[in-house]
Amino acid sequence: MLVYALRRAIPALITMLAMVVIVFIGTHVMGNPVDVLGAPDLSQEERAAMASRMGLDRPLLAQFGHFVANAAQGDLGSSFVHGTPALSLIAKRLPATLELAVCAILLALVLGIPLGLLAGLRPDSAAGKLIMSGSILGFSLPTFWIGMMFILLFSVTLGWFPAGGRGATQSLLGLDVSFLSIDGLRRLALPALTLALYKLALVIRLAQSGTREVVRQDYIRNARAKGLTETRVVFVHVLKNIAIPIVTVLGLEFGSLIAFSVVTETVFSWPGMGKLLIDSIMRSDRPVIVAYMLVTVVMFITINLAVDIVYSLLDPRVRLKAAGA
Amino acid sequence: MTREKVQALVAGCIRTAAVAGLLSTAVSGASAEALRIGLSADPTSLDPHYHNLTPNNQVVAHIFEALVDSTPDVALQPGLAESFKAIDDTTWEFKLRKGVKFHDGSDFDANDVVFSLCRVTANKVVNSPSPFTTYTQGIADVKVVDRHTVHIKTAGTVAFLPRNLLTVVMISDGLIGGEKVDYAQGKCEIKAPWPSTEDFNSGKNAIGTGPYKYAEFVKSDHILFNRYDGYWGKKPEWTSVRLRPITGAAPRMAALLSGDVDMIENPPTQDIPRIKSSGKYHVVSDVTVRLVHVGMDTRNNGKVPQGVSGTDGKNPFTDVRVRQAMSLAINRQAISERIMGGMSKPAGQFLDTRFFGSQRGLEAPKADPDRARKLLAEAGYPKGFTVMLTGPNNRYVNDAQIVEAIKGMWERVGIKTEVQTLAASTFFSKVNKGEYGVYLSGWGPRTAETSSPLRAIVGTVGKAKGWGVANPGEYSNAEVDSLIDKASATVDDEKRWAMLGQASKIAMDEYAVLPVHYELTPWALRNDLDYKPRADQMTFGFEVTRAKAAK
Repeated sequence: MLVYALRRAIPALITMLAMVVIVFIGTHVMGNPVDVLGAPDLSQEERAAMASRMGLDRPLLAQFGHFVANAAQGDLGSSFVHGTPALSLIAKRLPATLELAVCAILLALVLGIPLGLLAGLRPDSAAGKLIMSGSILGFSLPTFWIGMMFILLFSVTLGWFPAGGRGATQSLLGLDVSFLSIDGLRRLALPALTLALYKLALVIRLAQSGTREVVRQDYIRNARAKGLTETRVVFVHVLKNIAIPIVTVLGLEFGSLIAFSVVTETVFSWPGMGKLLIDSIMRSDRPVIVAYMLVTVVMFITINLAVDIVYSLLDPRVRLKAAGA
Repeated sequence: MTREKVQALVAGCIRTAAVAGLLSTAVSGASAEALRIGLSADPTSLDPHYHNLTPNNQVVAHIFEALVDSTPDVALQPGLAESFKAIDDTTWEFKLRKGVKFHDGSDFDANDVVFSLCRVTANKVVNSPSPFTTYTQGIADVKVVDRHTVHIKTAGTVAFLPRNLLTVVMISDGLIGGEKVDYAQGKCEIKAPWPSTEDFNSGKNAIGTGPYKYAEFVKSDHILFNRYDGYWGKKPEWTSVRLRPITGAAPRMAALLSGDVDMIENPPTQDIPRIKSSGKYHVVSDVTVRLVHVGMDTRNNGKVPQGVSGTDGKNPFTDVRVRQAMSLAINRQAISERIMGGMSKPAGQFLDTRFFGSQRGLEAPKADPDRARKLLAEAGYPKGFTVMLTGPNNRYVNDAQIVEAIKGMWERVGIKTEVQTLAASTFFSKVNKGEYGVYLSGWGPRTAETSSPLRAIVGTVGKAKGWGVANPGEYSNAEVDSLIDKASATVDDEKRWAMLGQASKIAMDEYAVLPVHYELTPWALRNDLDYKPRADQMTFGFEVTRAKAAK
């Protein structure tokens, strides 16, 4: 296990380094933060002072070296805009995004697996067909459009939900969460649903195709022949066997939910990480962009690892081999 | 994650739909005393000396006040100073208002003024992305005469000092334990540590004299203020003001229409007719100090500006006839009507005639394509030439469409125009380096007087004076420069106004830049609310009132 983890750490480090190089060059080309952040009427002298304070007056290579040296000690620099460490800014926004992502994934699982099972077990029934064609909608509609339509329908026309923003937060196990209050839940509902829709379609598709394949297998026929109840067949034998692809895909999707729910967070003014990223790009807040990307890479690597472990738990045939990286 | 937490989360997500439906009727509409505003930009801090940009300044103005205040038209009026006057060429006397108390109950007096000015001029704000030093330039010393009188000494005459001080707000010396501060020509040494920006954001230092007190600040989500009952001035209508940054235009509109907020900044121009016809909301708007203009590379250095071709290696923009032709080709009225939906006023100079230092009677030129063609022919370009017009696409209202429209108008008189629009973050870095031959830009002076755009846009570029920061084309005219200098040293308002007007006229007669329009800033709000549009584009919850008569 330890060797396995170590083996994976080396490519991970290389990926991180590559990411930093790309983002560093990218943000450098994007424009000078002084021109974006500073009031337009700053004098040349004040501009020069700002640039030197931000370290922008040094050549790119020197800036890069400085960053890497600091990053090795865990300091990813301070935001140009907020003046606080970039990492702590991201950490502050994490709970909001996490809450949204977890809710969306749970919605997708709770609704998607039964629907997918149903569609897989009865592919020719009206319900099965309806579910499958409905899932195509979930795939094909762009998130921002769905978000806007939800707002139009449920907020503007019906007035059931607020149009955006996060509710008041409470502290739960050290995390600031908003789902403990009714207002928080109402504000969570639309963005979570918007985010969930695509994942829901994905889960339905995976569950349906998995089910169709699994029910044809010998062990299912065996189980039925043995006289097991249909419930046991479906919920133990079928479900367990379709779970692997779902876990794999959702693991990665969860990562992208956390890192890149930019659109949904913008449409719903949700103060999460995605919104931080887009705001930082708009303001040329280089340290935050770089830190964000690094955090994202680390997160994906971790999720990948977690997925592999869950995999081995679900399917005893899969072993975490040292060479299996 | 614990099992309980998972259960709670699942239950939460499922319950939401059911519960929300039932509750919606009960919660709709806020209590009558609370005001909720959707902002179009996200303030980065509650430290009033941290980030000098309108989105921040308008928010901190709820808590903090300056010595000088302004009307919605940005005419000066007394603020924390009940009067101010120049007692000689280099001394301004500020008489402080008596009986003003900070939110923590301490008295406002001269030491607070010295302390606040010190924090700005000595730039004791760590990591400030945009310092306020622009507004304290020229201050040589600050002397306490008595508890309620302060003398500000300047290096040379600084006629604009009171206007500059509009944006420098006062914080309490309680933050440094009431220590006496000596300005000492800007050395400003104190024993206590300078207050930190963090402590302002957390509310600990957010102690001002303004109409509202800090209640809550969640970055990028909301800022909540409660009314300060000990306020010296006019008591605002609302017991609380909740400001919510909703940067997307469509979500902001949705927030208004769904009753999530009572008022929003900058509704998208294309939605304004819809808001007006809704019967529940109305739009207020007025001319602001924001000018949108076209600038050109007028450098006479033997090089052809970027994107220009078909001129035999010459820079066409050095010829005033070409600049005039380009100006006459632009149909400003059409841009205002068709692209801006009426949310702009065609411009003929740097600031609209109502603002300080504008030239009276200098209106937008009428489009005259025939004359433009003739002028181009006279200048030696009967077949025109090719230019590349570059502009931002997310900085000014409908900026990308304006660029497209100007392209069409120029092509009609024979100037082939390519168009390039970029994100503001990229555009401004490059334009400031003089990388564009022709560009669309803008200027909106917080001080609402003409010396600011004159210095920045047409003042001769030079580090010594810090002029020409928005003059990458390096237009230069000694007469304009000397008028700006003279005006800055003239305390008499009437005379200074005239000098600035004259400088504007000279620059405009030479087509130094081509003004397109002044933006109108719109606010959309519920019919039972009213807001006097502010020319400085600021949104102040304390200036929102109940509508006098039902509309």
